[in-house]
Amino acid sequence: MNEQGLSGVRVLDLTWHIAGPYCTKYLADAGADVIKVERPDSGDPARRMAPFFKDDPHPEKSGLFLHLNTNKRGVTLNLKSETGKKIFREMVKNANILAESFRPHVMPGLGLGYEELERINPRLVMTSITSFGQTGPYKEYKATDMIIYGLGGAMFWTGHPDRPPVRLGGTVISYQVGVMAAVATVTALYGAEKRGCGEQVDISAFETIRGHIDRAGTDLIAYEYCGDYDVRSATTSSMYPQGVQPCKDGYIDISGSGVVFFPRTARMLGRPELKDRYGSREAQVNPELREEFYNDIYKPWLRERTRREIWGAAQKVNLLSGPIFSSQDLLEDPHYAERKYWKEVDHPMTGKVLYPGAPYRAEEMPWDVRRPAPLLGQHNEEVYGALGYNRQDLVKLKENGVI
Amino acid sequence: MENLPLEGIRVIDLTVVWSGPYATQMLADWGAEVIRVESCQHWQNYTRGTEARPSQPTIGRKVALPWFRGYPGWKAHPRSWNRFPWFNTHARNKLSMTVDLMRPEGMDIFKRLVPKADLLIENNSVDTLDKMGISYDLLKELKPDIIMIRMPGWGLTGPYSGYRAFGLQMEHTCGHSYIRGYKDTPPTTLTTSFHCDAVAGGTAAFAALMALRQRDRTGKGQFIEIPQIEAMIPQLGQSIMDFTMNGRVQTTVQNWHPSLAMAPHNCYRCQGDDRWINITVTSEDEWQAFCGVMGHPDWTRDGRFADALSRVKNQEALDERIEAWTVTQENIPLMHRLQEAGVPAGAVYNAADVFADPHLKERGFFQEMTQEDCGTHLYHGLPWKASKTPNRLRLPPCRLGEHNEYVYKEVIGVSDEEYAELEKAGHIGMDFIPSIP
Repeated sequence: MNEQGLSGVRVLDLTWHIAGPYCTKYLADAGADVIKVERPDSGDPARRMAPFFKDDPHPEKSGLFLHLNTNKRGVTLNLKSETGKKIFREMVKNANILAESFRPHVMPGLGLGYEELERINPRLVMTSITSFGQTGPYKEYKATDMIIYGLGGAMFWTGHPDRPPVRLGGTVISYQVGVMAAVATVTALYGAEKRGCGEQVDISAFETIRGHIDRAGTDLIAYEYCGDYDVRSATTSSMYPQGVQPCKDGYIDISGSGVVFFPRTARMLGRPELKDRYGSREAQVNPELREEFYNDIYKPWLRERTRREIWGAAQKVNLLSGPIFSSQDLLEDPHYAERKYWKEVDHPMTGKVLYPGAPYRAEEMPWDVRRPAPLLGQHNEEVYGALGYNRQDLVKLKENGVI
Repeated sequence: MENLPLEGIRVIDLTVVWSGPYATQMLADWGAEVIRVESCQHWQNYTRGTEARPSQPTIGRKVALPWFRGYPGWKAHPRSWNRFPWFNTHARNKLSMTVDLMRPEGMDIFKRLVPKADLLIENNSVDTLDKMGISYDLLKELKPDIIMIRMPGWGLTGPYSGYRAFGLQMEHTCGHSYIRGYKDTPPTTLTTSFHCDAVAGGTAAFAALMALRQRDRTGKGQFIEIPQIEAMIPQLGQSIMDFTMNGRVQTTVQNWHPSLAMAPHNCYRCQGDDRWINITVTSEDEWQAFCGVMGHPDWTRDGRFADALSRVKNQEALDERIEAWTVTQENIPLMHRLQEAGVPAGAVYNAADVFADPHLKERGFFQEMTQEDCGTHLYHGLPWKASKTPNRLRLPPCRLGEHNEYVYKEVIGVSDEEYAELEKAGHIGMDFIPSIP
């Protein structure tokens, strides 16, 4: 196999939950040697988060943990013990990157703040991922995915006017903070290698999401420009057809309204002449004609056809469109099969399972899963052995609760 | 001040709408010279507006949401395309040149620009570059170590390879819409989301950085594909893995905890008009602290709320009781009281709340910039901070063709005479041609 994009880059990974581990997954899947450092007793809390393989809530069977930690080697280390700190400092000497997602007081409190670590390894890039950043009055505040979306994202204007704001699905905001932290990390690495010295990168989930491109930054600029802020509003468009509609086997979204697009809608329906009755600027905002078109023509046509049939027909006439797919729809879709998107990963506790695949494809820096997520402490012997600790040392460290 | 990490890197930016421009925003923020190659003759819808010349009646009626069409003062302007909030979200620190790539002398200019660049990035419909005759092979001939990034919706191969969509439809087809929204309303009333654009943009920037670093080591450029849907799917990991491991199809749980492992976890109404707070209790300690802030009302001792599992089982009853209390509270002061007690809580902010937030002020998140067609305004700052490379926004959102003279004369090396000819031929300008509505 070709060398990967980050082959030869050593990452010490103290992150937990979702955002930090997703950042280091980007690095690990790109070839970096990521050593995941977990607490000896229970490890990363994501090990106790659903879904679990066959619904067995075992710390080595969390689908979330397995997905987020591919390609990482795993060790356990108690950073509160003096021996643990000593071993950690030895590991820092040979690392290019240290990623951590504790609240800001934790690393300096352990004597492992950037100023201390910089003295051991001046080239180190330290990526610190927090909810609110390393400084400022909220720096020790706690947050979850929904709290960040509420403060930082489009939540206020997502949902119906008469109901509460509603968050996005799953934990996508946390994942996205991870992606941004990965960009920040490689940017800092690029700079550090050029000038020969590292730095600490401060990623605040609040700020990253507050400026992100899903309208969060636009909402702020618009408020500055026009003095109004975004609110939850009716989801129906005055022009037609526009938005999600039911069809034979689910739902599909087609943007087919307006004087430019309605003629394409008419062609999709196989009745180009419909543009004469419904396609003019006036007809497009006439509520009676809208009802007539939806009830007599559009909805019956959709009901007789499947999502993929309609999607194909809409794409043929260049209409922006897409069906609502579930996880099952995706796994059964021939498109991803043909592109060999899903990645089969063999893990000792689950056997072979399909995982989401590569987020990018690059000839000269292939994405790959070289190893499954680590068992808790799986690579203690290998990693600490390389530092010169023999088996007897490891037994003592274990007895003392260090690993 | 240290140099920014990407100083000396030049990017040809052929991106449109949001996902591609978000990638080049990050490159520009950290020092790359990003040159947007635009055209006075061709309108890329939704990039610099939905119309080049929206009339005062259409803007002034405020029919659209601010994020959609909140032009300065809700006013029409001879150059509205320089005032569009969507565009001005990402266009800081970038340069804009104009050239008509559909004409041979335009392509000639483009071919003279390529050898000066390190990276080219685009996210148009898949057939757009083919129509212009731009391919990786052509770029490589002009600049052997160039990096090219394309961002097709569904990739460059497979049954959906040529399909086109916007962010909102990407959300549907990647499996995200299936697991978001209210539990009791049909998908026909889903509000829009464009999360995929942010994902694809971030992933493209990540790949760009790695490729630049690799080029410095090996001397080789490369071709990179960012299939936007495939970048998004891993962010739905729990939903995907639940299906591949257990055959379970996840649906929406509204504002409850994503895997229903803890409660309370919801958005509650507060005192005032349209004021809300998110409260998420993630441990027994936090539950006790939460009860303390509420003043330990009797209902908290009800057996139905005794532990996390019971609270999840009786979540509706729990939420009702909590909301009966939050409606008597102001959301922002309540957030602070809960946080000080160690309970994860956050107001649901509108834009006015964000500008008033003392934390963002202290961290210097906002920065004032003046752009000729918009006036002086605050803009959101950089997405992260770096301890040894203090950084700030350097240029306001680029106006169409604003940097023609610099790019043509200093970067490409066009003579004054040639410049005048290209200007006369309409390649160089600061206005869209009048036939564009």
